Amino acid sequence: MASLPASERQPGAGPASGGAGSRSRTRSAYLPTLPFFGYVALFLILPTLIVAVGAFQTADGLPTLDVMTTVLTGSTFHRAFTRSIELSLVSAILGAVFGGLLAWAVASGGPGGRLRQFAVAGSSVLAQFGGVMLAFAFLATFGLRGFATLILRDTTGIDLTRDSSWVYGMTGLIVVYTYFQIPLMVIVFLPALDGLRREWREASTSLGGSAWSYWRHVGGPILAPSFLGAALLLFANAFSAYATAAALVSQGSPIVPLQIREALTSEVILGQANVGKALALGMIIVVAVVMTLYALVQRRASRWLR
Amino acid sequence: MSRRRRLPGSLARWAVIVLVGGYLILPLVSMLEFSTRGDLGTRSLDAWVAIGGDPNLVEAIITTLAIAALTVVGMLALLVPTMTWTYLRVPKLKRPVEFLCLLPLAIPAVVLVVGIVPIYSILTRATRGSPLVLVFIDIILVLPYAHRAIDAGLKSIDVITLAEAARSLGAGWPRVILQIIVPNLRGALLSASVIAVALVLGEFTISSLLNYDTLQVVINLLGKRDSYLSVAVSLAALLFAFVLIYGIAVVAGGKRRPVEESIEEGVA
Repeated sequence: MASLPASERQPGAGPASGGAGSRSRTRSAYLPTLPFFGYVALFLILPTLIVAVGAFQTADGLPTLDVMTTVLTGSTFHRAFTRSIELSLVSAILGAVFGGLLAWAVASGGPGGRLRQFAVAGSSVLAQFGGVMLAFAFLATFGLRGFATLILRDTTGIDLTRDSSWVYGMTGLIVVYTYFQIPLMVIVFLPALDGLRREWREASTSLGGSAWSYWRHVGGPILAPSFLGAALLLFANAFSAYATAAALVSQGSPIVPLQIREALTSEVILGQANVGKALALGMIIVVAVVMTLYALVQRRASRWLR
Repeated sequence: MSRRRRLPGSLARWAVIVLVGGYLILPLVSMLEFSTRGDLGTRSLDAWVAIGGDPNLVEAIITTLAIAALTVVGMLALLVPTMTWTYLRVPKLKRPVEFLCLLPLAIPAVVLVVGIVPIYSILTRATRGSPLVLVFIDIILVLPYAHRAIDAGLKSIDVITLAEAARSLGAGWPRVILQIIVPNLRGALLSASVIAVALVLGEFTISSLLNYDTLQVVINLLGKRDSYLSVAVSLAALLFAFVLIYGIAVVAGGKRRPVEESIEEGVA
């Protein structure tokens, strides 16, 4: 709010600032922001350009489409992209549904509630700082001698370890990814739930509407775009994630980020030094598409919710 | 909480909290159980005690804390003057700055590392392989979260009036930013710093692919040798991050808490 009159009121730009000096004055006003733009250009934009350009170059720097063609058509890479997308999709849907429910359960405590503070802090730790540690949490739970594995075996006789390969395979990845997707959904979806006004519920009830009809005709449609947006964000999050999978899967590279690890650690595969860059460009494209959809959905979501 | 129980739907609410919350708590409980196993079904704190006795681990913790501290300093030095300046003098640049700060959310770290390898091969040579060189890229990684926190802080105070008052009393620009704006942003800067520290403590992708022994890289290596120790360190690090974040949320309490806001919006 305080930023509103910024363009009108500029301290230091007194009445004397009109006339000939004003242009160079405006230009010099941009100068102090140069370090920021320079830094970001060097450590964010330049690496991205190196990826984008390198994906179309041979090892000697000559332009070529071969690397991209290999990555797009090669069956190993093709499968990795398919698996990555499947993993992201399934974990995003599971995370959105269960995380959405948890967010709803926590939101009703009111923004100042202790339960909510606890849930938000815990969620942000699990969703954003977990990485490798979540892989170990998962192994301590479902691994060969994990807590849940032992309890299940002792109490119900179900032996999770009879076919233990699931832990290190796609099923394991889905379980552990869902584990950080749920808390991310809580963080992302809470503000949308806060936007639901109490009066809408009261209006619905006073007109004889049941809880079901409220969610069916009022709450659901209002939240739908936010829910979809959050699910897209979860998809991008899972698709970009590296640490958890890297710690869990040490043999083989089922998903794209692990393919990139392989390309980086064994630099020359099939005589193609730039495979890593082509894979990385593929990831940028997928994430860019998802984030564009997210921006479109978000615009729609903001119609009702502040 | 008890008054909520009388409302319709509250049973479903608590069922959700118990079931979904339970799914999130279970692995943490498992870590505690797993890391305190002793011989023949007894409990033992050996793995926890061993944290302090592993020289590689201790070194990695110190290195990572140093990286975290430098990242906080660098992040503040880069963002605070720039963002304050865009609020005061060049509001036109607010959106471009925000866009660039949010960009790291759209460029996966594993992609960034591919492009940063050539740049880092120069930097590594210049710094003789010190892991502190990771600070440069960690600053980029924390931009989205730090920007949100600082932006929320700048929005909550009247930057322009404060600056006008200081300028009319003869203060120069550096003094305006350091002695007038910064003290008023304490809360926001603290949130931004805490998030940055937690993020650096959890960073694995870039340090592992560039072969630097940070905390997470060492934890990962430990996992192959001593799973009890690695689980104990992991749980300790998660709890430490939780205490940091929850502490800030409680300290900031009362009004809309800046950390929560910055986390919620930083992600969105």
